[in-house]
Amino acid sequence: MALRLRASSARLTRWMPMVLLVLLAACGTAEQYPQSTLFPKGDFARMVDGVFRTTLLWATVVFVLVEGALLWVLFRYRGKPNDPLPKQTHGNTTAEIIWTIVPALILAFIAVPTIRTIFRTYEVPKGDALVVEVIGHQWWWEFRYPQYGLVTAGELHVPVGRTVSLRMNTQDVLHSFWVPQFAAKRDVFPNRNTTLWFKTEATGNYPGACAEFCGIQHARMKFRVRSDTPAEFDAFIGTLQASAGATAIPSPVATAAPGGMQTASAGGTVAEDSVAMPAAAPVDPIVAQGKTLFLKKGCIGCHSLDATKTMGMGPNLAGIGSRSYIVAGTLENTDANLALWVSKPQDVKQGALMNVPPISESEAKALVAYLRTHK
Amino acid sequence: MSAVAIHEVEHDEPVTGIHHRKLAIWTFIGSECLFFASLISVYLVYKGKSLTGPFPKDIFEIPLVTAGTAILLFSSFFVVLALDALRRNDQTKAKIWLGLTVLCGIFFAGMQVYEFQHFVHKGLTMQGNLFGASFYTLTGFHGTHVALGTLWLGTIFIQMLRGEMSPKNAINLETAALYWHFVDVVWIVIFPVVYLMN
Amino acid sequence: MATSVIGQTDIAAPAHAASKTGLWSWLTTVDHKRIGILYGASAFIFFLWGGIEALLIRIQLARPENNFLTPDQYNQLFTMHGTTMIFLAVMPLSAMYFNFFVPLQIGARDVVFPRLNAFSFWVFLLGGLFLNSSFLMGAAPNGGWFGYANLSSRQYSPGLNMDFWVLGLQILGIASLAAGVNFFVTILNMRAPGMKLMRMPMFTWATFITQLLVLLSFPVITVALFMLTFDRFVGTSFFSVAGGGDPMLWQHLFWVFGHPEVYILILPSFGIVSEILPVFSRKPLFGYAAMVFATAFIAFLGFGVWSHHMFSTGMGPLADSFFSLATMLIAIPTGVKIFNWIGTMAGGSLQFKTPMLFAIGFVAMFIFGGLSGVMHSSPPADLQQTDSYFVVAHFHYVLFGGSIFALTAGAYYWWPKMFGKMLNETLGKVHFWLMLLSFNITFFPMHLVGLNGQPRRTYWYPKGLGFDLLNLIETIGSLALAVSILVFGVNIIKTWLEDQPEPPADPWGGATLEWTIPSPPDEWNFAKVPQVIARDDVWEKKRLEGAAWTPEGRTDGKGIHLPNPSYWPLVCAIGLTLTFVGLMLSRGPVGPWGIVAGMSLTVLSIFKWAFEPAH
Repeated sequence: MALRLRASSARLTRWMPMVLLVLLAACGTAEQYPQSTLFPKGDFARMVDGVFRTTLLWATVVFVLVEGALLWVLFRYRGKPNDPLPKQTHGNTTAEIIWTIVPALILAFIAVPTIRTIFRTYEVPKGDALVVEVIGHQWWWEFRYPQYGLVTAGELHVPVGRTVSLRMNTQDVLHSFWVPQFAAKRDVFPNRNTTLWFKTEATGNYPGACAEFCGIQHARMKFRVRSDTPAEFDAFIGTLQASAGATAIPSPVATAAPGGMQTASAGGTVAEDSVAMPAAAPVDPIVAQGKTLFLKKGCIGCHSLDATKTMGMGPNLAGIGSRSYIVAGTLENTDANLALWVSKPQDVKQGALMNVPPISESEAKALVAYLRTHK
Repeated sequence: MSAVAIHEVEHDEPVTGIHHRKLAIWTFIGSECLFFASLISVYLVYKGKSLTGPFPKDIFEIPLVTAGTAILLFSSFFVVLALDALRRNDQTKAKIWLGLTVLCGIFFAGMQVYEFQHFVHKGLTMQGNLFGASFYTLTGFHGTHVALGTLWLGTIFIQMLRGEMSPKNAINLETAALYWHFVDVVWIVIFPVVYLMN
Repeated sequence: MATSVIGQTDIAAPAHAASKTGLWSWLTTVDHKRIGILYGASAFIFFLWGGIEALLIRIQLARPENNFLTPDQYNQLFTMHGTTMIFLAVMPLSAMYFNFFVPLQIGARDVVFPRLNAFSFWVFLLGGLFLNSSFLMGAAPNGGWFGYANLSSRQYSPGLNMDFWVLGLQILGIASLAAGVNFFVTILNMRAPGMKLMRMPMFTWATFITQLLVLLSFPVITVALFMLTFDRFVGTSFFSVAGGGDPMLWQHLFWVFGHPEVYILILPSFGIVSEILPVFSRKPLFGYAAMVFATAFIAFLGFGVWSHHMFSTGMGPLADSFFSLATMLIAIPTGVKIFNWIGTMAGGSLQFKTPMLFAIGFVAMFIFGGLSGVMHSSPPADLQQTDSYFVVAHFHYVLFGGSIFALTAGAYYWWPKMFGKMLNETLGKVHFWLMLLSFNITFFPMHLVGLNGQPRRTYWYPKGLGFDLLNLIETIGSLALAVSILVFGVNIIKTWLEDQPEPPADPWGGATLEWTIPSPPDEWNFAKVPQVIARDDVWEKKRLEGAAWTPEGRTDGKGIHLPNPSYWPLVCAIGLTLTFVGLMLSRGPVGPWGIVAGMSLTVLSIFKWAFEPAH
């Protein structure tokens, strides 16, 4: 395959996939590697991937040529101890000039698309972008939808085919928001906002990760990106909006008197009397017990169940019932997992800033049942 | 027995023509340029970024610092005279000029200590704001260099008093003097950047 | 041929009353060769320890959702693995060769400041011990080897861990700076007659430029470490957001040091390979002048690329573009070096002895690591690669496939000169092939697993992301890598224990001055100061004199004056370390006394050192 050294990379991209097919075949499929950078499903990632493939192409070409030259030289000039002294050349100016200029040219082929793409990555595409605020915490991710006045955590829902514009920071140390399928990564800082944007091309549930070492549980600071159909997205927003005012469902059982609630560290956003009930169905006693425990065990001190309000401490739990993952996207949201997490968080994620008083197995079950009602 | 102990290996003349210790101090000075450049950069990066006071205009006492600056500048001049006198083996003049240099160093260091105390009294602390942190760090490190230089020159002064300094080992004074000039030059940068530019 | 006997005086040579053997002779030595061996032995032990840290990491990562290590243990291990390998292994292994061979290569009897040289070693050793003593308290540094703010603040790292890190690195910096001054002046001022700069061996050039990098980059991290120390101990807000500080400032300061640091790690290896390839190709280095200028250019440019470590921080398109282009530019002189190495071998008569195998392995692996570096140089691409295992692969290819291979090549090459014995050639070949194979099995998959989304510095990865098999392969590779190093260890011990006839002065057919004197050299190196007539002086003399050329034999060194041993460098190093230990404990009652005692000892020993009588 003759190499045509033209500055434009457009021609190259046409036969690049062929060249790289062999290399990347070993890399598998998107299903095998859900967090891969190699199967972009968003415009930003696709743009970035294009530059990556350009660099990969040239790196491969250079590698084959140079390593090949090395191997050929090793074979061709292998010697024996009694060989005569070889010609004592000291250099070759022509050769040296050539192998200074040619690499410079190759670098130009990488530099041009690089610079172009750099500028494009910093410009949010015009149009009706959905603004999302991303806030890093040790060791979970918070997401806010300013247009709707909603806050959630752990799972970022975005509407497919619409540009999402992220405005990001952190409440504590540096983190990095890495969503390989859509938008690569961007670090987050405590004293300024950073930005990222992407438009997803496919629906689905995708894993993301924190990519800047941030302390003991950096490894378990993951998140999910749910690329929704418009209907799914509207339903998600609707669910969160419906949680407004939801803190405690008034229980028909008399024991749950407001005075018995633990609101010590609530910071004043807990309604003493609940306002809206999510559903007018008769309340399951286990659920009611769970609601009591949610208050008595102090969960309410850190976790709001109202997506329009935040406790400023732990993840907002509006919609927790139907999230695909819990524990910052690292544990599937099954009843057993959720029960384990709420009762023994340190066993699941040692060092997490969630400490709970003793919670028995049945109490955990009740809490889970209660949380499940917050879909 | 020579007053200069032979601890370096025997050798011909230094290949560059510059005495080993002199080349060494120049090398060290080159490295120290990066040290102070970093400190000054930090000061400039945080200039105007303090969240609370006191601010420079609230506490700087320019006349005092200007006097200190002048004294430091003169001390560089004095040490040049001391070196020149030593090279001519004029022990008396050498002692006078070197003694004056050391006094200047002590005065400057003393001025800094007084200034720091005064500033703390007026509420400027390391912890209080970025101005305090970067100011004390930059001028404190410089002041430490002044103190160490004064100690070094003072030691040579004592050697001079004991009759141990001669043209043969003037290189030791020259080395210390070069360091001293460097410390002075750093101050010539710090003074306008920190005190005058507001 | 002019000869001059340097050092012959009419005064009777001072009696070397000090014993040449025994612990005390090692504690007080100022002989560059012994100091080199001290560096090498200490560095090798630290290297093994850093390797064990790596194996523990790999065992944890062999399976998804593993619990062999707790997260805290893992974070300490990966931090210390990086810190140890960079500061306590690669740098001092290079220092072993600087110390032993630069004076020999320039025809000198020692470095210009022998006691300062000893001081550098002791400070390094004590600093390394200080840093690792943290393990005894279960509080080894755990913030990553570049200790990013604001995680490194007291608020978010409240334990002793990062105190050890910030103070330990400061101690090590002092050692490096002192050696920087020493070798810089030595190379400029102590060259034998006729040894013009452009006749110096490439290893000496590499050392010279490396010391320049040390002198200009270490002060920056010194300042950064002071600022972090003040934040942690005094309560300043240099990097604390509540007080107006900016964590980005740490990143800039650190990487202004950090990028030249990686050239400090690789340049000596470039030098070693540039020595070995010509000897075992039996022809001169291709394009010597270009090699010298390329090295200098790389060092110079190395100060202009630091923010390529920060491409994910959102510095803006202009900054990203500038640093991207500067980084790509560095690839050009680096490429020149690689082509010149290949050009050296082309047309030669290649002798595949163990030093040559490792040198070739270096070239082969460095090509790969350099190319993944070029891939990183593009910020959009790097936005996926940075902080993933792809970059872990990159720097292991250049630091292990690069530096470690070259340092190993140097070991096999220079062993006879240092220890008077030849390492076993068969074991050497086993070492090489096993290391080459297992190195690639360990680190090549990291490129793939990084591109497939595995972040770095994670003690845990979940099932279902497709990382499992490759991580297992990497772990197996690392165990095989350990075995290869075991083979090296066996070679060293076997060689040490067995009787061998003293090898010749020049077992390989070398071109540089160290091969003109016995193996190992006499304490005074050269009986007669060499008179250099050309680059690759020995080859030129062999060419001119033919069979008549012989290396120097052993002499009695009469009339040659050497610097006396001294314990003040060690005492001063102890004083310095004691000061830092005091700082470490300064939150308690004992600390301030430690600081006072340490500083007093330091000042006292400096005075004693300065006024130490010669006899």
